[in-house]
Amino acid sequence: MTLSGAAASTLPGAQAPPQGPVTGQPRLSWLRRLMGSEDARRLLSCVLGLLVLAVMTGPEGSASAPLSGFTGSLFHLRALVFIGLGFVLWAVITLRRRFGERARQASDWVSSAPRRLVTNRQARYGIYLALLAFAVVYPMVLSQFWQNVLVDQIGIYVLLALGLNVVVGYAGLLDLGYIAFYALGAYSAAYWTGALAVHPPITLNPFWAIPLAILAAMLAGVVLGAPTLRLRGDYLAIVTLGFGEIIQIVATNLQGVTGGASGPASVIPHFSVHVLGVHYRWGLADLPYYYLLLGFVVIVLVVFHSLENSRVGRAWTAIREDEIAAESAGINVLKYKVLAFSIGASTSGFAGMLWASQVGYIDSTLFTVQLSILVLVLVIFGGMGSLPGAVVGAAVLQWFPWFLRVHPLFGFQQQDLFIYLGALLIVMMIFRPEGLLPSRRRKREIGLAEHGIGTADAMSEPGGEP
Amino acid sequence: MSTATIDVPHAARVEGDLITAIENLTLSFGGLTVLYDVSLNQRRGEILAVIGPNGAGKTSFFNCLTGVYKPQEGSIVFHSRSGRTSPIVGSKKHPLLVRALEPGGIVPGWWMGWRAVNTKPHRVNHLGIARTFQTTRLFNALTAFENVKVGVEARQHTGPIGAMLRLPRTRREEREGDARAIELLDFVGLRERGNELASSLPFGDRRRLEIARALGTQPELLLLDEPAAGTNPAEKLDLAQLIQRVSGTGVSVLLIEHDMGLVMSLAERIIVLNFGRVIAAGTPAQVQRDPAVVEAYLGASHKPVAGGEEGQ
Amino acid sequence: MCVSCFTQNFWNLLVLGLADGFLYALIAIGYTLVYGVLQLINFAHSEVFMSGGFAGYFILNAVIGTSSPGGVVSVGLVVLGIAGGAMAGGGVAFLLERVAYRPLRRRHAPRLAFLISAIGASFFLYNMAGKEFGRDAVEIPAPFTSGPVFSVFGAPVTTYYLVIAISAITMLIFLDRVVAGSKLGKGIRAVAQDAETASLMGVNIDRVISQTFVLGGLLGGAAGFLFGLNTGVVYTMGFTPALKAFTAAVLGGIGNIRGAMLGGLLLGVVENFGAGLFGTQWRDVVSFGILVLVLLVRPTGLLGERLGRSA
Repeated sequence: MTLSGAAASTLPGAQAPPQGPVTGQPRLSWLRRLMGSEDARRLLSCVLGLLVLAVMTGPEGSASAPLSGFTGSLFHLRALVFIGLGFVLWAVITLRRRFGERARQASDWVSSAPRRLVTNRQARYGIYLALLAFAVVYPMVLSQFWQNVLVDQIGIYVLLALGLNVVVGYAGLLDLGYIAFYALGAYSAAYWTGALAVHPPITLNPFWAIPLAILAAMLAGVVLGAPTLRLRGDYLAIVTLGFGEIIQIVATNLQGVTGGASGPASVIPHFSVHVLGVHYRWGLADLPYYYLLLGFVVIVLVVFHSLENSRVGRAWTAIREDEIAAESAGINVLKYKVLAFSIGASTSGFAGMLWASQVGYIDSTLFTVQLSILVLVLVIFGGMGSLPGAVVGAAVLQWFPWFLRVHPLFGFQQQDLFIYLGALLIVMMIFRPEGLLPSRRRKREIGLAEHGIGTADAMSEPGGEP
Repeated sequence: MSTATIDVPHAARVEGDLITAIENLTLSFGGLTVLYDVSLNQRRGEILAVIGPNGAGKTSFFNCLTGVYKPQEGSIVFHSRSGRTSPIVGSKKHPLLVRALEPGGIVPGWWMGWRAVNTKPHRVNHLGIARTFQTTRLFNALTAFENVKVGVEARQHTGPIGAMLRLPRTRREEREGDARAIELLDFVGLRERGNELASSLPFGDRRRLEIARALGTQPELLLLDEPAAGTNPAEKLDLAQLIQRVSGTGVSVLLIEHDMGLVMSLAERIIVLNFGRVIAAGTPAQVQRDPAVVEAYLGASHKPVAGGEEGQ
Repeated sequence: MCVSCFTQNFWNLLVLGLADGFLYALIAIGYTLVYGVLQLINFAHSEVFMSGGFAGYFILNAVIGTSSPGGVVSVGLVVLGIAGGAMAGGGVAFLLERVAYRPLRRRHAPRLAFLISAIGASFFLYNMAGKEFGRDAVEIPAPFTSGPVFSVFGAPVTTYYLVIAISAITMLIFLDRVVAGSKLGKGIRAVAQDAETASLMGVNIDRVISQTFVLGGLLGGAAGFLFGLNTGVVYTMGFTPALKAFTAAVLGGIGNIRGAMLGGLLLGVVENFGAGLFGTQWRDVVSFGILVLVLLVRPTGLLGERLGRSA
């Protein structure tokens, strides 16, 4: 049996009979008996789901007319369209279930195609180079608007998603205050370049502020993570959530230092390099910043890829799988968790620093908890623990709302964004927890966890103290 | 029940080149005491077995030894081959408190003077004690090879920076680790199955893979928690040979077993636990004849034993 | 830091703190109950709270209109508002369990998946509320005219505080009785101790979990209404109180119902003392500091964890 074969047999297939080493109950006969009502129930949830979508995309209501939004979207012709779509969805799902095994094999065949076709190294590097060339050339033909989106909305978020991927994907920890480190990076950039009201001992240009911004974010990560990561995993989630909020409150309240909600008075200088005779200064144009970001993203990709396939990456996988076994195999669980957390934090700080020097201006209202959730959605959508997933997920999901805004087909409004993202999170968790482009390890783990083997995250209670 | 009825046999406390010395270990959960005053030593290179009926406290004993549980009283000291003496457990009452002032030993408690020693499981592993679990705990989404490699890498030094930049040392360690992992897979007879997922291996192979992973961490002492549980006679024979070979490489083996047959054929010395107490110790032949052991085992088969086996 | 602001206002801060504390306790119960049966933090509990606020607003808005009620009518209106808030909270909690938790439970999804889907649900719900009910804060029409009733060492205790205290104490006692005595309570404690064994003993786990969510939702929704009476109702109102209520649950020992009550009151008081000392803008920072401190020093909380053993 080949590797991919083994993985396929343990996929989280909805009700597929457990195979191989996984012994299960004889579910199938039970299923057959219930088939009639099961189908009906599925139809109902499909139609209901689509009706919720109808409300999501429908008109807005108000406090004085709280039902107008609902009536406007449900007692209207468009509701029929959505009900029809519900039936279509149901038909698709039913067909998929009927021919489930074949459909799954087909989709596996498609998704593993690149891996089968590109077996040798040279071809793989060739493809990487082609993708890189595309990433270099394509933005040149874009309009000013899209170039700006590419830098502000996509490039920065790809970087952020790559960092959070280490925390959530590799180490299986949930960080909900990720943007706090971004804020720390941005504010340290502002501080070291002398833009804040409080002046640093020596004013640096943004290039030399990079290591300091990274260090500040990393330190914050260690200080926050070291006590919390000893405990059960969900405490980390809530502590980071609180931390994200606190950083914003502190930035707002320390008027004298940060400038509060109106931001520092002076401008953060643009990024510039003056090293070894090379002098270059980034300006207002987006394209140079895009290339700068692209360069950093490529470096981060290479570095994280090596990390994933190293002693450190395997230790993370081991911890995710079984903390107790990992400990007894000599892995210092706490150390590796803090490591993942601080690598994520420093990537976020780095992104914040870059962003601050690009826009030249920051204020405390920019670093909301919502942004942390946004980055989380990007990682989960792409596929936890998968580098291509993080990049593609971030790029697609950040590009799509802007696309909708330019082509107002569905009446999409930016303020509704988090309705869709919230729904997306639930739907992903129910139907495709491994994400769009899953990492092979993660996919296997989730499949195994659903058969009761392993945990697939680092959320369990550490240690067995009496 | 009085503890003095049994004179703790001298055989449990042997002399010589010791690898572990366990004294007066007492462990309780709430009101339930699972280990009473357990003392025993193991010689370097010896295959020692701890047996006893279900619920005798065997697994709890293991968990104390590996730093998972924190016993209320007693001490466990590990003597490594290099001559270093490291405490794993030392309670407040024990004189070890005074002796063991070294890293990983006593740490000053922040609220009251000194705190007892309780070495963390991964530190215990670094000292040179590796273990397997009663219900095998492998990294199921990793291949057999990767499982062993995780163990091997516990002794390596590549840090995050080295791993990110693929420094020369990282590459060298990576090569060495691969070679060592293959060697170990070969040693336990799983070389052909290296690329299979741990979850897809048959039961007996999973046991052997767990042993390979433990050996990867270069232990001086290997703790095996009921390795023969659930194996068929053929697998049991293989297992016995494997344990012999492990012992042949100079690794001391401490074995917890339920299965008398395996223990009698393997162990040089046997300690019998019942209801958390050492009730007998000696060579297999001596233990077999011991009336207390016979009673414990026969009694256990006649009436239901109170309390289940402690989980990990 | 301003020590004299603190000492001068000690009794004021104490009264204020207890009022806040009752609300935190009501919300914290929801976290603790769900934690007890699922060992998970219900990240969407903030939206249960928010829905209670909106339900209270809509009901009272419809009933009161522009009149200014008094006497027995006021009592009836408060009860009505609480009931409405509780119903909405319970309903949202029920749906939440059905949509965001149950499908994952069926598949034995990893814990991370539960947390993520709960966060998704939270964001979905509150932004949806913003879309449907408007994004500006609205005020619940007053069911009574609040004024000082009596004073404790010069600190006035207003009608509003009394309403909070009386209704919260009633609900907390009711809950305590339910968990201690009823069949549901036994089910909850059984599932909290050992879900697998409970199911073997004939406890319908699905139903118990669902009812646990509803029970927590009832209290959370009621708290949402009581909170909204004073500060108004807005779609983002859930976030901060819920985070603090979680802190309260951890402070008292998560999974422990009496712990949640104690933790809520304690947190309310300490937070207001902190606000008195450092200034009100640092209020949230104080309670976050308490959360981190508790996790550092005594992660099992004051009364210890686990629903089954100590409640």
